[in-house]
Amino acid sequence: MPLPADTDVSTPKFLRDKYAIVGVGETTYTRGSGKTTRALGTWALRNAIADAGLKASDIDGMLSYSGNDSTPSTFMAGDIGARLNFYMDCMGGGSSTEALIGIAIGVMEAGLCKCVAIFRSMNGFSQVRIGGTGARSAAPVNGDMLHNRAYGWQSAGQNFAPTFMRHMYDYGTKPEQVAMVKVVHSEHASNNPKAYYKKRFTVDEVLSSRIICKPLHLLDCCVETDNATAIIVTSAERAKDQRHKSPLIRGIVGRCSKPRLDMHYQHGPISRVAGYYAKDILWPNAGLGPEDVDAVGAYDAFTFTSMLQMEDYGFCKKGEGGEYVSSGITRLGGKRPQNTSGGHLCEAYTHGMNMVIENVRQLRHDVDDYCPMGPDGKRQHTFDYREGGCRQVKDIEVTANLGWANPATGSAMVMRRGT
Amino acid sequence: MSVKGDYMGMALSIDDLDGENISYFKHCAEHQFHLQKCDDCALVRYPPTTACPFCSGGNATWTAVEGKGAVYSYLEVHHAIQPAFKAKTPYLVLLVELDTQQGQPTPDDGLRVAGNLTLPNGEFALPEVVKTVGIGTRVRMVFSDVAEGLALPQWTIDETATQPAKPWRYPQE
Ligand SMILES: [Zn+2]
Ligand SMILES: [Zn+2]
Repeated sequence: MPLPADTDVSTPKFLRDKYAIVGVGETTYTRGSGKTTRALGTWALRNAIADAGLKASDIDGMLSYSGNDSTPSTFMAGDIGARLNFYMDCMGGGSSTEALIGIAIGVMEAGLCKCVAIFRSMNGFSQVRIGGTGARSAAPVNGDMLHNRAYGWQSAGQNFAPTFMRHMYDYGTKPEQVAMVKVVHSEHASNNPKAYYKKRFTVDEVLSSRIICKPLHLLDCCVETDNATAIIVTSAERAKDQRHKSPLIRGIVGRCSKPRLDMHYQHGPISRVAGYYAKDILWPNAGLGPEDVDAVGAYDAFTFTSMLQMEDYGFCKKGEGGEYVSSGITRLGGKRPQNTSGGHLCEAYTHGMNMVIENVRQLRHDVDDYCPMGPDGKRQHTFDYREGGCRQVKDIEVTANLGWANPATGSAMVMRRGT
Repeated sequence: MSVKGDYMGMALSIDDLDGENISYFKHCAEHQFHLQKCDDCALVRYPPTTACPFCSGGNATWTAVEGKGAVYSYLEVHHAIQPAFKAKTPYLVLLVELDTQQGQPTPDDGLRVAGNLTLPNGEFALPEVVKTVGIGTRVRMVFSDVAEGLALPQWTIDETATQPAKPWRYPQE
């Protein structure tokens, strides 16, 4: 597919397609890994390095993110035998993946290093529970936290709920529409051998699951799993020597924010999310628009987060997200399938990385599913998306990843098929 | 002087260096609602900050603000995270838009103050009252006393206000 002409002169176009994701890797997605985050991290990194056809000594940059629930780059690099020219371990969860890819490109442009591995390692079920129960629920409440935690307003679902609720009020969004996000992502997961939850759900099953925090039912919430994930970024020039036709990075926006991050509900409309601002960086940087995108990884910590981002990044009109996600567009076989691995709602919770990994494999036309294996050891895709079948998107050329930290902060990335 | 207190099974504290929060909660402990009013642009802000979010001004004066408004959004917690809140479910966390400074400095801005739905004495509202409150409900501020120098602002139904015929509630009850 020919890409639209680069007509926007306001952006650094010369970085478009200049960097590639050359390798991706992950551990098994489990609940109860029985391993340290250090062991999980090296497992994912070794897989990503092998996927790229590289040696550990080819990696000279490392980036990671965590909420003090991981192991830093120093140990990972030491364990796999990589001597680093650059590394940094950042604080953060969702929205970090795309932002760190942007940082990796920046440091390589600046000449600090040549090949960067990015990882996220977490025991999100067996150690620091992502849902906020366990040790984190008993932490002391100091200073600024008194304005929320003291009210029993603490977990991610609780924190985001006023945005979700106000969206229903502002636009008449219906619970059965939002539930379709889980339904569709679960269909995709059922064709993913790696997905932790492979069961297909119906709208009724979502709506009859127990209420966690209105407007969220249990099945509106992502899974809690133990896993590590890793990706390797290097220049498109160097990528040519590797195993794959590596997807090229078209454009990125990193941790773009709404006003008043000290308590973003002070600035409305609160049913608006960070994509409202981020889209004006993402699409001009990529030289593409939503209409050019063939598949999306829309951060689904909750059904609502996925839907809200589709609106504010311009895939549909503001307020029409409920209609959009229940229209069939987002299904495999639809016009723009989303979260084709099952995402955070079904495959695993990785703080965004598994959805980037998925889009890399989609663009390589190389996802794992239940299609027959060919003589070359690759799946012979049938594009029959029924349960137990295919999940490769046909003729896919362009993907978008929409990362979410909270309603007020997001990151995003557009990739295209390698040449 | 730092402030410490136990509330709902949580250890609450404010460091002595945290002058903004010390002042804010000291007023609350006296059952007064005071916010910082910028000495430069005269706008009020919530929660406490160390400079003005509207003009970056560094100086502000604590000013009495009327604790009245309408529910702007809410969440209704059925599965509590913190152990002591489990006995209070379902409980509401309300984001209340104050009548003061509504739509200023831009139409999208407002002072949206958090709190639980409580009885006038600051105790959690019972489930049959929780069911009657939604977006649009008129509320007034009350306080839950925690310790010397520390009370939490809370919200209770404003008995004297004209209430909407039917406040907006999540459609699936
Ligand atoms: Zn297939
Ligand atoms: Zn000011």
